[in-house]
Amino acid sequence: MAPTDQQLVLLDFWVSPFGQRVRIALAEKNLPYEYVEEDLLAGKSDRLLSSNPIHKKIPVLLHGDKPVNESLIILQYLDEAFPDAPSLLPSDPYARAQARFWADYVDKKVYDCGSRLWKLKGEPQQQARAEMVEILRTLEGELGEKEFFGGEHGFGFVDAALAPFSAWFPSYERFGEFKVAEVAPGIAAWVERVGKRDSVAKSLYAPDKVYDFIGVLKKKYGIE
Amino acid sequence: MAAGEGDLKLLGLLVSPFVVRVRMALSMKGVSYEYIEQDIFNKGELLVRYNPVHKKVPVLIHNGKPVCESLAILEYIDDIWGTTGNSVLPADPYERAIARFWANYIDDKMFPSWIGLLKAETEEEKAEKVNQTLAVLMHLEDAFALCSNGKAFFGGDSVGYLDLALGSNLFWFEALRELFGVAFIDEGRTPLLASWAERFGEAAAVKEMVPSVDKALEHAKKFRAFFAAAAAK
Repeated sequence: MAPTDQQLVLLDFWVSPFGQRVRIALAEKNLPYEYVEEDLLAGKSDRLLSSNPIHKKIPVLLHGDKPVNESLIILQYLDEAFPDAPSLLPSDPYARAQARFWADYVDKKVYDCGSRLWKLKGEPQQQARAEMVEILRTLEGELGEKEFFGGEHGFGFVDAALAPFSAWFPSYERFGEFKVAEVAPGIAAWVERVGKRDSVAKSLYAPDKVYDFIGVLKKKYGIE
Repeated sequence: MAAGEGDLKLLGLLVSPFVVRVRMALSMKGVSYEYIEQDIFNKGELLVRYNPVHKKVPVLIHNGKPVCESLAILEYIDDIWGTTGNSVLPADPYERAIARFWANYIDDKMFPSWIGLLKAETEEEKAEKVNQTLAVLMHLEDAFALCSNGKAFFGGDSVGYLDLALGSNLFWFEALRELFGVAFIDEGRTPLLASWAERFGEAAAVKEMVPSVDKALEHAKKFRAFFAAAAAK
C-alpha cells in the first residue's frame, strides 16, 4: 500500500500547543486523519504508551501502524511523506536551516518560560516575565516586516510551530502583567494574521479555555 | 572549488561533540573550510555576531551567512552537498523521522546527563547522573537494533546522521571513564553499541576529527572550574 494510502491517526490532547501544530499542518496539507483525544489528566492509554514508550507524550502521529513522535519531527515527516501536498519547510537550503533554527528556538524557550510564569511567584516570576519579553522581542526581530515567518514561502514551519502559543499569550499576559501588543507589537500583529488562517482557527481553543486549563493544572500541582 | 562550496568557515570548540559531528559530516563530503577555534569561556566578537541568539558553537558560515544548531547544520550539509559522497540522512521519510527522534533524544537527554556528571558537586549527584546516562544508553542500545536492521551503523552500511549524533560523544565517554571509572558503553551492558563504537572509531571519514582523550580531560578541568566559579556567584 502506498504511504499516501495508509491511514493517519493523531493521538493528541485538546489544549496541547504541540498537538495543535500537527492539527494545523494536517489542515494546511488537506490530509484526512482520525483524531483521538487522550485524556491525559486521567492517565495514558496503552496505545499512547506503546507508540511513544520513551517520552510517553502526545502528539503521536500513527501512519498505518508506524508511530512518529515529537511535533516538529511529525511536521517534517508530513512534508516528506506527502510531497504532493503544500510543504511547511521552504525548498531553499539556507531558508530551511533558518526555519529549523527558529522552530527549535520556539521549542526551547516559549513553553518553559510560559510555565514558569504561572507556576512561580515573586522574584522568579519576575525573571520569567523578563525572559518572556526578551523571547517575544527576539521573535519580533526575526519576523521583521514579513507577513509570516515563512517569508516568501508564506505560512510555514516556524509559523505552525509558534501559532498554537498565541492562545497562551493572553494567559502569559495575565500572569506576567504585560501586553504583547506593547512589548512586541510585530508579534501581536502576526497573532492576528495567523488567527484568521483557517487551519489555525480550527485547531486552537479560545484563550479563556487555556486560562481555565492552567487553573486546573495549578490545582493539580497544588499551586496557589 | 567544488560546486556550491563558496566561502566556508566553521566557528567551533575542538572538544565539543556538537562541533565534532559537523566536522565529521564535512569530512564525509570532502568539503574544505576555514576552522576558527572559539574561546567559549571568553566569547569573542565573531561568535556573538554570527550567533547572537545563543552565542554557542558550532556556527557554519557559508558565503557570509550563518547556520546554527548542529543538527540543523547536518541537514544543511546534506541539502547543499546532497550529490557528494554518502547522504548524511537516510532517504526514506519514516527512517528520517526515526533518526531525527533519536538525535534529539541524544542531545536533549544524553548530553545533559553526562555534562551533569561533570558539573556534579556531591557523590549523590554524581551517582544520579551516572545512572541517568546509563539508562539513556540502554534505550540507545535498543534504538541501534531497530535502526541498523542488522547492518554496521545506525545509518545502514555507512556512517549517517544518527551515527554522527552519538559517535561525536564517544571520546568523551573515554574521558569520563578515566575521570569517574564508569564505562558508559560496555560489552556486557550494551553489546551492540560496544561493537558499533569500534566500527565508528575505525571509519575513515570520521577518524581524524576525533579529539584526543587528553584534550577532553584538559577541557573538563577548565569547564569544572568555570562552572564552579559561576555557581559560586
